Amino acid sequence: MLAGAIVSATSVILALLSGVIVEPSYWNQQNPNVILCWNNPLIDWHIRNVVNCAGPIYPLGTDIYGRSLLQMIILAIPVDLQIAVEIVASAILIGVLLGGFAGYIGGALDEIILRITDIFLAIPGILLAIVMLVVLGRSIPILTISVLVTWWPFYVRLVRSQVLGEKEKPYVERLRAMGAGGFRILFRHVVPNSIYPVVVQATLDIGAVILTVSALMFIGLTPDPKYPELGNLAKQGIQYLFTAPWLIIFPGLTLLVISIGFNLLGDGIRDIFDPRLRR
Amino acid sequence: MKMLKSENRKNTDVLKISNLNVTFHTYAGDVKALNGVDLSVKKSELLGLVGESGCGKSVTSLSIVGLLPPNAEIISGEVLLDGTNLLTMTKEEMRRTRLQDVAIVFQDPLTYLNPVLTIGSQITEIITVDTKIFLPRLLEHRLHEIAQVQNENGKLDAKLLTEQEQLNSALQASKLGKNEIKRLARKYALFILRSVRLPDPEKVFKAYPFELSGGMRQRAMIAMALVRRPKLLLADEISTALDVTVQAQILQLLKELKREIDTSIILITHDLAVVAEVCDRVAVMYAGDIVEVADVEELFKNPLHPYTRGLLASIPRADALVEQTSIGGSVPNLIYPPSGCRFHPRCPKAFAKCAQAKPNLVEVSPGHIVSCFLYGE
Repeated sequence: MLAGAIVSATSVILALLSGVIVEPSYWNQQNPNVILCWNNPLIDWHIRNVVNCAGPIYPLGTDIYGRSLLQMIILAIPVDLQIAVEIVASAILIGVLLGGFAGYIGGALDEIILRITDIFLAIPGILLAIVMLVVLGRSIPILTISVLVTWWPFYVRLVRSQVLGEKEKPYVERLRAMGAGGFRILFRHVVPNSIYPVVVQATLDIGAVILTVSALMFIGLTPDPKYPELGNLAKQGIQYLFTAPWLIIFPGLTLLVISIGFNLLGDGIRDIFDPRLRR
Repeated sequence: MKMLKSENRKNTDVLKISNLNVTFHTYAGDVKALNGVDLSVKKSELLGLVGESGCGKSVTSLSIVGLLPPNAEIISGEVLLDGTNLLTMTKEEMRRTRLQDVAIVFQDPLTYLNPVLTIGSQITEIITVDTKIFLPRLLEHRLHEIAQVQNENGKLDAKLLTEQEQLNSALQASKLGKNEIKRLARKYALFILRSVRLPDPEKVFKAYPFELSGGMRQRAMIAMALVRRPKLLLADEISTALDVTVQAQILQLLKELKREIDTSIILITHDLAVVAEVCDRVAVMYAGDIVEVADVEELFKNPLHPYTRGLLASIPRADALVEQTSIGGSVPNLIYPPSGCRFHPRCPKAFAKCAQAKPNLVEVSPGHIVSCFLYGE
């Protein structure tokens, strides 16, 4: 929990400050003089081909465009986090609206919403995203939407199941007895009471979405080969795995740490909200 | 419509239920929960509704507020509130009625409060949900408060004077800013909390339900029911979940409130001691029937229906002069209710006619109504 909180908080702070630490347009630069070089004396890769370039020290080496890898990673973290937050927040919004109505109103509407959800649930996510990105063009908004398309159904189901349980509680009966309308009961009383598992799921999903997005980038669906995104950085490095291993190791490591961080945080939040699981 | 209303004001029945039949459709069969209930509540009267578990007390109250579960069907009957039939109302009309005229307080105060909102926000919500109805009362209440300050101090300071002016003009225009409404709603909520004798209403206002004791929660629940000054308050076993001392306080409060705000109250309970303590009139229910209605003293002195007698005899007595007895048998399965008078299989005085027809409610002496072939007819 604590480790997760620290890692998540650090990555969020880093993301917020990244524009200050590194010039945002840095990723578009090219420096042919320092391509694929490593001059950090702390690590010796024991690889013959490593070029030791002169000039300032690049802590994590440089990439094929001659950009400092450390700066690229710092630029990439907010990109990944922003996409993840956008996707998860939209999924929560759709989930609360559709799931809320389905659970609270029930009957035919419930059936219709759930069947539509099932259709989207049946589509393999990565495959659909690949098709969408190839057909509609490779850009960040399309990437966001293509992942969202198969991500929201989980939230609809989650919210619906929570609302189903919550709407039978006595306080809802009291509200009805006091003449409260359906909208008020649902969105002011039932939804806030059913939101805890959604918060947990959302925290866990931030890590999962980052991994999915990076995976799509890694298989080459980037808007630009130079784009600062952790999966894309790793992808550019894969061709130089044996000559410049840092290119794939450090972006990959960052990805790993961030997603584990959010997972631990989500687990921790679940432990707090659900005492039955507490050990 | 208007004529109806003025007519009813004369005989002062706030609520009049006649021949109410409610059936629950279940997989095991149709449960005939209410079998032609007749009941009336007079203005500012505290009516006790007593009976064993499963005799239809709560079903009666839920059919008044229109909150019966979906598998219930109202076969026939009328529920007149001030002359208006609640059973033929549309959903929206029913919601308005619940908002303004009928309030219900339930048994277990903790589960009937929203755990994630403070008491204060749950009360102000009731006020701000429809400010059109409530604005005049809010303004008048605050003006009244200001007038009280004026009476005490002789004059008002500048701040209160400007407020008074603002409120008066708002009262004429019947319009007020959202933040002002919120401020007034808060003041009104505090007043309501004070009126149910909650110590330190400011603290309760900010508290979450779990931070309060059982008695305080029940007081908060009553406060919520009273915010809209209902014509009729249904108190469904409100003291059952509380310990004896708190129970006594809550009942006392109910008695005082009835006098203060002029509301009719139906107190639903299975505890005859509670009834004897606070009620003006008592209606006894058995298996979906009203079997006896009388003033509280009359009922305890001169119980007529064999069921009422059995009920009174089953109360444990400290003086031991009267032996405690129980009524033989148990409440019938209402899927297959007994023919005729539903009490006849358990009745010590039953005779042939009892199994054949349902006895009507007969007025034996003024105000004392009983449904039994032993009397009248």
